[in-house]
Amino acid sequence: MLAKRIIPCLDTIKDNVVKGRSFENLEVIGPAVEFAKRYEREGADELVLLDITATLESRKTFLKLVREVAKELFIPLTVGGGVGSVEDVRELLRAGADKISINTSAVKDPSLINRVAKEFGSQCLVVAIDAKRVFKNKWEVYIKSGKEKTGIDFKDWILEVEKRGAGEVLLTSIDADGHRRGYDLELLENAVSLVNIPIIASGGAGSLEDLYNAFKVGVDAVLAASIFHYEKYTINDVKNYLASKNILVRRV
Amino acid sequence: MIVVIDYGGGNLFSILKALDFLNVKAIASSDPKVWEKGRALIFPGQGNFSQAIDYLREDNKMEILKNLIKIKPFLGICLGMQILFGESEEAIGKEGFNIFLGKVLRLKSKKLPHLGWNQVKIVRDSILFKDIKDNSFFYFVHSFYVDVVDRNIIVGETFYEENFPSVIEKNSIFGVQFHPEKSSFWGLKLLRNFLDYAYDYSSCY
Repeated sequence: MLAKRIIPCLDTIKDNVVKGRSFENLEVIGPAVEFAKRYEREGADELVLLDITATLESRKTFLKLVREVAKELFIPLTVGGGVGSVEDVRELLRAGADKISINTSAVKDPSLINRVAKEFGSQCLVVAIDAKRVFKNKWEVYIKSGKEKTGIDFKDWILEVEKRGAGEVLLTSIDADGHRRGYDLELLENAVSLVNIPIIASGGAGSLEDLYNAFKVGVDAVLAASIFHYEKYTINDVKNYLASKNILVRRV
Repeated sequence: MIVVIDYGGGNLFSILKALDFLNVKAIASSDPKVWEKGRALIFPGQGNFSQAIDYLREDNKMEILKNLIKIKPFLGICLGMQILFGESEEAIGKEGFNIFLGKVLRLKSKKLPHLGWNQVKIVRDSILFKDIKDNSFFYFVHSFYVDVVDRNIIVGETFYEENFPSVIEKNSIFGVQFHPEKSSFWGLKLLRNFLDYAYDYSSCY
């Protein structure tokens, strides 16, 4: 049987993992390579590495970091942050990434999804969607790290993303993100029923039960950052808990 | 030296990196002259059946490789396992290597590719799964599987809405549907088992 996946996410600046979504109070919490190795040892099923500055200048150092992390990692590696073209994707895959996550650039030019899928295959393309609740059962897609609204309805967008060839959707609720009070389960439920591609839930997990609730509505994977970084829970703790609730997970 | 077959499609970086980690000398090459020098051959995954066959048809590469597969330890990963069979639903009308009887079929699930960590149920003792526990998890990314005629070659099966062969082994020919190079500790152990076999094999060859 296919296991549910636990995916730690490393937001990085230069070689370091940072914490804090708003740029004013970023805190460096350690070297990314060390975090990556530790998470694989503890049983992470995949790893996401994001370049949160995503500027032209940061591109080179990020490529170097991807190379360093990939070299010592034997689980799938997804990378993202400022990916805007087929060439960007090629560079990151060559550096050792297995999958590429795109967000803003896919909204601005949806044909990028088709082009990346055609060139490298859907299996290496994750489309990240940031959605903000407008009212009950309706969400709007945001871009630029959740700072800019697009007027695009979430349901229309996720359907289009699947149709154009995305392999997976990384779905973040802007309302829930950072509050540690649980995922927007209604949003996840909608996503799961609308498309056949895997949904990775992101944004809002604060407790083990929050992760369990996401799996209960049918997502394939959960992404989490802070609950692991400070060793509040290890990946093992999470998996033991989920297994005790009859969720199939890979344990090491 | 282990030779990784470069067929112009797949991501060779991951497998080379895993071999490097396991301390074996390996190179990727599309040149049959180099293939002949390998102690063992690895055909890595990802890519499309049709594209791989088209590529290998050029300059008679397919015939050369087919002969080498019969005399050197060979590990086919994902697509590299599928090409050992005669035909594929992914590429109607294209002939595969026909080393094993059977067809490559699309999985029945609506949710494809089959992506993520799944278990391998060991069907019989094997070289690849030496010291690997039954129902261990490996990383899969694929939409097609091999419908094997000679069930004796199947050493492991996996369930994704249906059972399919995920590990095959016959003489010195091995195939896995998952990606050992992405399957953390147990994936590396499986590669180690293949390499140990390959090096033993060559020393008494």
